[in-house]
Amino acid sequence: MTLKIQIKERRVNYFFFSVATISIASLFMIMMFLFIEGLPIFTKVSVKDFVFGKLWYPTSEPPDFGIFPLIIGSLGVTIFSALMSIPLGVMTAIYLAEIARPGIREVVKPLVELLASLPSVVIGFFGMVVVAPFLQEVFDIPTGLNLCNASLMLAFMSVPTICSISEDAIFSVQKNLKEASLALGATQWETIIRVILPASISGIAAAIILGMSRAIGETMVVLMVAGGAAMIPGSIFDPVRPLPANIAAEMAEAPFGGDHYHALFATGIILFLLTISFNLIADHISHKYRQSGEASL
Amino acid sequence: MDSPIKMSTINLDFYYGKFQALQHISLDFARNQVTALIGPSGCGKSTFLRCLNRMNDLILIGRVEGKILLDNEDIYASNVDVVSLRSRIGMVFQKPNPFPKTIFENAAYGLRIKGIKNKNTLSEHVENSLKQSALWNEVKDRLNESALGLSGGQQQRLCIARALAVEPEVLLMDEPCSALDPIATQKIEELIQELKANYTIITVTHNMQQAARISDTTAFFYMGKLIETGNTDIIFTRPRYKETEDYITGRFG
Repeated sequence: MTLKIQIKERRVNYFFFSVATISIASLFMIMMFLFIEGLPIFTKVSVKDFVFGKLWYPTSEPPDFGIFPLIIGSLGVTIFSALMSIPLGVMTAIYLAEIARPGIREVVKPLVELLASLPSVVIGFFGMVVVAPFLQEVFDIPTGLNLCNASLMLAFMSVPTICSISEDAIFSVQKNLKEASLALGATQWETIIRVILPASISGIAAAIILGMSRAIGETMVVLMVAGGAAMIPGSIFDPVRPLPANIAAEMAEAPFGGDHYHALFATGIILFLLTISFNLIADHISHKYRQSGEASL
Repeated sequence: MDSPIKMSTINLDFYYGKFQALQHISLDFARNQVTALIGPSGCGKSTFLRCLNRMNDLILIGRVEGKILLDNEDIYASNVDVVSLRSRIGMVFQKPNPFPKTIFENAAYGLRIKGIKNKNTLSEHVENSLKQSALWNEVKDRLNESALGLSGGQQQRLCIARALAVEPEVLLMDEPCSALDPIATQKIEELIQELKANYTIITVTHNMQQAARISDTTAFFYMGKLIETGNTDIIFTRPRYKETEDYITGRFG
């Protein structure tokens, strides 16, 4: 190799190295910022009182910074939406990848992906104007803006993500595994359950993580339809105030550098930790049940 | 006394859409014998093999005409259950395709889908089929390891064990040695010789010497037609047709 080419190669390497460094460093700096702005609140309130405190009255005198109801609100909407979106998304993916004729798949899959591109404010608007009055009337409850409505809307948002990515994972399972199973006298259903799903489980787990991360971090929808009451819900028809909605609703009115301001950043830290632990769990599950390197994303 | 013919095809045609891939194939497969299907690539021998266990049902634009008889019963008749048919006719594929599961679970797969749950029964069958496929001694201490850690030849013998575990009557092999090295190939060939005592074996091969070594009957396919069939010794020494002679002597294909 001539010297000239070597220098050129090295320059290309440096270029990519610096681009990668910049993007990772900026993400890291955002995280630093989050912690620098959030941690001071813990000089006023203990971590335990902050996380498990049941009252959130940031502007009263003295203020209460307990975000437990908000955490429950976030977990509540995420879990209920997952209960709907995971079965719907994964089963639709199985149908599209394994059962539907190729013609149907080619039409339906882009449609599902199109749903993913609906802006969240549109979904929130739909929840407010259509779903809320419907819930209120059918279940005879004081408000249609509640945990149930928010979960439905979040499920609506995560189904396309879960479906589309799971479908890719299922579809990429090698044809020869499917044939091996069928040739042994397995039915199509047995083949799906025993061979195709296990071989694509890590891809499906990734799809579920992405779908649920979208739900837990989603702000606009929960701000619009969750009801906004910072209380621990007693039923799925109670209004809740998930963490992102809380931050979005109050950040503009919190005085810069004050306790309320720091408390909101600390809320962001908790949300960040929730998302991380969530990803770790899902990652662990996908590794534990992964059968091979194939068909994973 | 069982009829000496285990399986036969009568005027079998196969179409991919409008393209006719097989033309009027009539061929008998003798019980407990090895039949080799030979011919140049694209001559239809794999398509033919896949008609025999109705794997071609998976091809949406595929269409079969004519008859395939297994013990004198038409396998394409409307009352035939494809699933139980396929458990009577095992298949080994060109490329080893073990499931990404443990060695034990691979061999036990067919039994599990038959609903056998008893651990002892499963272990017994798994051991038997691994012994039949001459793999037992190499894997008996690591049955719970992934099958993907085996070598190519071992994987292929595992696939044979997996097919044998459900105790099929006929074993179809689609170029079972094409992805293997000479030593693994030799092992599989010896295995085929042993297995024919219990099974009727139909194998596709591109390797002339292999067909000559392992088969009792050879059928030569060319351009979707069955050109010639007969005793392997005769086909390889005194073929009746010029195409057959040209192919087996390596003048084309």
